Amino acid sequence: MKLTDISSDINEWFDGSGPQADIVISSRIRLARNLAGHKFLSHCSSEERAEILNQLKETLMSLDLGDKVSYISVDKASSLDRHFLVERHLISRHHAFGKGPRGAVIADRESFTAMINEEDHLRIQVLKGGLQLRCCAEQINKIDDMIEQKVHYAFNPRYGYLTACPTNVGTGIRVSVMLHLPALKMTDQIEKFFTAAKDMNLAVRGLFGEGTEAAGDFYQISNQTTLGISEADIVSNFEDAVIPEIIGYENAARGKLLAKDIDILDDKISRAMALLKNAHLISSQEALFLLSHLRLGINMHDRMGASTPAIERLCTLKSADAATDTPNTVSITTINRLFMLTLPAHLQLNCGKALDSNDRDVLRAKIIRSALNQDT
Amino acid sequence: MQCQICKKNSATIHLTEIADGVRTEMHLCEQCAQEEGVAVKSQIPLNELLSSLLASQPADDDIFDDSTQKTSCPNCGFTLEQFRKDAALGCPYDYEVFEKSLLPLIEKAHNGKTYHCGKVPSRTPGDTKKQIEVATLRQQLETAVKSEKYELAAELRDKIERLE
Repeated sequence: MKLTDISSDINEWFDGSGPQADIVISSRIRLARNLAGHKFLSHCSSEERAEILNQLKETLMSLDLGDKVSYISVDKASSLDRHFLVERHLISRHHAFGKGPRGAVIADRESFTAMINEEDHLRIQVLKGGLQLRCCAEQINKIDDMIEQKVHYAFNPRYGYLTACPTNVGTGIRVSVMLHLPALKMTDQIEKFFTAAKDMNLAVRGLFGEGTEAAGDFYQISNQTTLGISEADIVSNFEDAVIPEIIGYENAARGKLLAKDIDILDDKISRAMALLKNAHLISSQEALFLLSHLRLGINMHDRMGASTPAIERLCTLKSADAATDTPNTVSITTINRLFMLTLPAHLQLNCGKALDSNDRDVLRAKIIRSALNQDT
Repeated sequence: MQCQICKKNSATIHLTEIADGVRTEMHLCEQCAQEEGVAVKSQIPLNELLSSLLASQPADDDIFDDSTQKTSCPNCGFTLEQFRKDAALGCPYDYEVFEKSLLPLIEKAHNGKTYHCGKVPSRTPGDTKKQIEVATLRQQLETAVKSEKYELAAELRDKIERLE
């Protein structure tokens, strides 16, 4: 797999399809595993790390995963490629900029990735668009079973799957759902969501952007408890209780904006349209922030039949269709593409050269202007 | 409810103070609470939580009063001192070698739970599998009772009895 083959388009889980995709961007399940008979990575010599890497690489590449898989040697990859893999959610920041021999196995449609020698010897993940945790759980369980036929995992009857950090011990599962919650933010209710999540022992962080900052109103919510609760219970708690409740709150906030605060909503959408259609320099953070408001407007139009003056203007806007180059009305796919393709590493890989921050801001503004100005 | 200070935003932080038998209540929005210095931190990152748990642990001397506890792992040479620094263990055996010291941390990090339930590798011996299966069913039983699903609870109870 050449990264430039995938960098010009969004990944399947971000194409706007999938159940509840207006609010739930994607569902992800990750399992942490270590090989029995080896030390954890912080205590491994470079030779032992290389040995683990080779064994797991060979195991993973020999599995029949349905899709074609490719191996990327992360420690040998360029800094730009590593940034790209992080933007794409294929590997973690920790893995991209860690140390020692390490690699990633990536399936063609990007729904499955394995990180070898991240914090644990092996971390496998399955990602799908919309709310599809059960489907992710089923798939990752099968893959885990296949791997387990070929290697011995470190396992203890009391503590389950043993991990380098005791916070992951037990099932080693991390269930994460990525959510777009612009209306909760606009109606000043997002802090309530944080508090409720904390009370339920769940972690919330930003999806795009650095660290915990939630650029573009995208949040990732995940479980923290991995011991003493089965995989099935964690998944069903998320899919049947936690996430539907958050979706309910976000929808109620959207309803409230339509019923009582149309001016606030229309102001945000109109300002976002005006800036995105006209700016000549736009930072990644600003683009995420403004595109989030367009995404909200289009989803309210498509899913709730909302028709305010700004939403009407937004939904008749002509945009470039990547596949045919013919102008169509702007859609969620258009906006999702702009979210991802204007991230720093995507911009640079797609234009074939390294760009400094200013040049990136110019190119980003140009791509967005051209995508949203097909009617002029 | 409106914020008492700015009278504009809705109050999301509610404080009750009882001093000398007098009860006072405050209802503030995030912004005003922050200005008043009473903002609640929305999320404690895991590593921060772990570090603070570690800091509250007794020093090595106190931990190793039991002569059976080792100061370093015979397999990897790992010490608890290193764990305090890196928040990561040296090898799978450390869970047994340092069990006494790790158990309170594990309990806090996992909501009071200290026994695995859920998936078991297929190569695990039959007895161990059964043991974990019972633990998993007990956990499901607890959830079923809490959510008042008594029919399911009875089914789970019967399953546990059969396995035991």
